[in-house]
Amino acid sequence: MYRYDRFDAQLVNERVAQFRDQVRRRLSGALSEEEFRPLRLLNGLYLQLHAYMLRVAIPYGTLSADQMRMLASIARRYDRGYGHFTTRQNIQFNWTRLQDAPDILADLASVEMHAIQTSGNTIRNTTADPFAGVAANEIEDPRIYCEAIRQWSTLHPEFTFLPRKFKIAVTGAPDDRAAIKVHDIGLALRRDADGAVGFEVMVGGGQGRTPMIAKTIRAFLPKRHLLSYLEAILRVYNLGGRRDNKYKARIKILVHDRGVDAFRADVEAEWARIRKAGLDLDEAELSRIAAHFAPPAYDDELRNPRAYADKLRADGKFAGWTRASVAAHRRNGYAIVTVSLKPEGGVPGDATAVQMDCIADLAARFSFGEIRITHEQNLVLAHVRQSDLFDLWRGLRAHGLATANVGLIGDIIACPGMDFCGLATTRSIPVAQQISTLFADLERQHDIGELRLKISGCINACGHHHVGHIGILVVDRKGAEFYQITLGGRADENAAIGKIIGRAFAADAVVGAVETIVNLYIARRQKDERFIDAYERLGPAPFKGALYGTG
Amino acid sequence: MALVRDRRAVEDDWIALNDGAPAAPGSSVIVSLERWRRDRAGLAASVARIGVRLSGDDAVADIADALDTLDLVALTFPAFSDGRAYSMARLLRERHGFRGELRAVGNVLRDQASLMARCGFDAFELGAQVSIDGWLTALSEISVCYQPAADRRGTAAELRHPSL
Repeated sequence: MYRYDRFDAQLVNERVAQFRDQVRRRLSGALSEEEFRPLRLLNGLYLQLHAYMLRVAIPYGTLSADQMRMLASIARRYDRGYGHFTTRQNIQFNWTRLQDAPDILADLASVEMHAIQTSGNTIRNTTADPFAGVAANEIEDPRIYCEAIRQWSTLHPEFTFLPRKFKIAVTGAPDDRAAIKVHDIGLALRRDADGAVGFEVMVGGGQGRTPMIAKTIRAFLPKRHLLSYLEAILRVYNLGGRRDNKYKARIKILVHDRGVDAFRADVEAEWARIRKAGLDLDEAELSRIAAHFAPPAYDDELRNPRAYADKLRADGKFAGWTRASVAAHRRNGYAIVTVSLKPEGGVPGDATAVQMDCIADLAARFSFGEIRITHEQNLVLAHVRQSDLFDLWRGLRAHGLATANVGLIGDIIACPGMDFCGLATTRSIPVAQQISTLFADLERQHDIGELRLKISGCINACGHHHVGHIGILVVDRKGAEFYQITLGGRADENAAIGKIIGRAFAADAVVGAVETIVNLYIARRQKDERFIDAYERLGPAPFKGALYGTG
Repeated sequence: MALVRDRRAVEDDWIALNDGAPAAPGSSVIVSLERWRRDRAGLAASVARIGVRLSGDDAVADIADALDTLDLVALTFPAFSDGRAYSMARLLRERHGFRGELRAVGNVLRDQASLMARCGFDAFELGAQVSIDGWLTALSEISVCYQPAADRRGTAAELRHPSL
């Protein structure tokens, strides 16, 4: 993984010193809260319902065991012993104090981490495929380009006060595990007819109150032009995006209002004028970055090749966990392991300091000391020997980290909701807990199969309900919470926005409604047909009928 | 209101004219784009130096052809959070080669100092609450830059690979 050189380290250390001075000026009264607000936001510090929340960037969702241990240490020392992994592959600490923030940032800098641009109307942390570097059909490791984007976007003088926040996601594989089509810019590595590597560039996706799927404005951009093309898009947006209404300020509205063809023409015209302006991804710099993402020293000699198969046969619980958590690795004898942060009845994405240390130790022991965060709020150990899977599983199980529900109905994405968030109007976590408890039986979950259920506590859609196979939006009506269900959304390479199935449900009926939907699917599915495929074949009518008796 | 130019506090030798106000012969005046369009010949005949003030809704292209007749362009920050002027500054410097004074006016706060300088501003009308010392400190707080901009500072990538 990427390691700072002296330039990276110097910038982050100077940034800590700068913020320390800004906090000092705030605490002394020299800065008003109004003046301080944009400064703290550019360093990831939000004022939430109960306390300051610090959002720490995990660049493209990859971190080392040592970095994870530092997150655990911060959780213990400055928070209440836990942290919350987010849908943007970051971590949030919900109970920090303003006066501690500079020390936390200094601790982070000591392990090459920061909280720069995790908030504010700026280019946020770039996200990536959590299977980067190990997916079998990948063109190149997307994190090489994510790191180039990280550097280009960090303290970019022109793009620090955009009309609205700006999120970029990158995948190197045809299967999209990074939800790139619901980002402001989605980048997919492609090969052209001559085998050259470049990007398909998609713009204007997003969720929130106006969900949209990104549109392709360039089918193939040679990779060396990546940063100049991004700069052209950002400049067109910075100058032309709406600033009169924050709900219409994202780039998706500009693309929609101007029309994708006109928008593309504007970007191409701007790009034609800056493509030679020193932003080329230079080969030497690209190679320097790429060297950090070289594959680890895999062992080609398979150890105990029979042991894994024997354990699978001998231990049904272990076998059930591998069915959910283990994905094929590009290397023979290795596996990609997704660790569920969705225990039955738990808060999606939360991890205690003890669990973080446990993951760090297991990563060091079994996965070359590297960990990834997924946008579905789980963790990934990307290089585990098959023969180590049983020991890994036992280590995870000892800390409540072996729930066998990855990709299943218990693997719910939910925003923090009104339990923490200052924007939320409702509580989203309790309904996630009720659903996860109802479907606690893992055999039933496995029988239901892949099902992405996502819950948002307000229209800002941080819980990604628009792209859930089943989405739930909790809305507040005159002090009572109602639950609006959408079906048919998906965040993969065939991304789609879910459609509202009918009138919203009351609190005591929503979990039953989810069960009705699932039962209808079970009754109507064909052999090996996933929920989303069955829904796309059947359409909404039978689901409506089952829910409202109007079929 | 203090004016900082080339990292020094200086007396402002320009007059910001309202659209209706008369221009004193031989003076240096900053006028709105609208007034400049209306009264370009008249101003050129009477005043010593002409500056034009653009708002975020104006386009740099509107003055691009006349930049060699202008000694100053002022770009407005109606609020610090309105970042259009950063792009406009870079366009003036890097695309149109403007060499005159590029002045930041409006909600100009200390903590945006280095962003503005990097985008090509060289003069700043500081708000009452901004001290000169604080401003100069802010300009040098971060010594590393990752991206090329109007100030032509060497980027980290260039320093890493000196042969570039």
